[in-house]
Amino acid sequence: MLEERGIVTCSITALPEITAKVAPPRTLAVPYPLGYPLGAPGDPGLQSRIIEAALTLCEGEPATEPVAFVA
Amino acid sequence: MPRLSDLPLSLRATLKLYRWRRLGNRAWARLARPLGECRVAICSTAGMVEPGQPPYDSSVKGGDFSYRVIDGETAVASLIDSHRSAAYDHAGIERDANLAFPLDRLRELAAAGRIGSVAPRHLSFMGSITAPNRLLRRSAPEAAALLVADQVDIVLLVPV
Repeated sequence: MLEERGIVTCSITALPEITAKVAPPRTLAVPYPLGYPLGAPGDPGLQSRIIEAALTLCEGEPATEPVAFVA
Repeated sequence: MPRLSDLPLSLRATLKLYRWRRLGNRAWARLARPLGECRVAICSTAGMVEPGQPPYDSSVKGGDFSYRVIDGETAVASLIDSHRSAAYDHAGIERDANLAFPLDRLRELAAAGRIGSVAPRHLSFMGSITAPNRLLRRSAPEAAALLVADQVDIVLLVPV
């Protein structure tokens, strides 16, 4: 919906098995529980690193395979 | 990383039997400018609403397909979690809404020049939509048009 309008997207997901069923163009798989997509509350450093990783995927080529975020 | 096998049986069964809509290989977008010039928006399914906005309605059959526009200037601490799903722990998001709606982090990245700007409007949906047709035909194109109008380059999709 966004990509066909020229907007680059990256999904940040804790359940890559499920995201893979939808197969979006860029997926960052994070090792955190459901409800904690950006890692931890009150941890701006970790949250920023996750966003940085997602933005880096946005700069690259689309790929349907998820990329794992390593803290 | 949570695995399907760690989830409660009922949720696992739902996720396994659900007919997922596969996006497949489409003509995906590419950035037209360097990241430092890009405008970035958030699209989250954590069911966040601004004070004064109606909460999501868990009683809508097939899932509440409405969406809320979250203003880029909104204080993150004022966002309200109105997602009633018991499939995930809400405690973290209630303590720090940046966990699912990281506006403060985008503001820092813009201030540091890592991204060009924070979009003026962001999108909030409620997940748990099992019948997505109204979402796909109505809400999503309408919401996408807002971001196009705002000349957004990148959207971070944050499902919970």
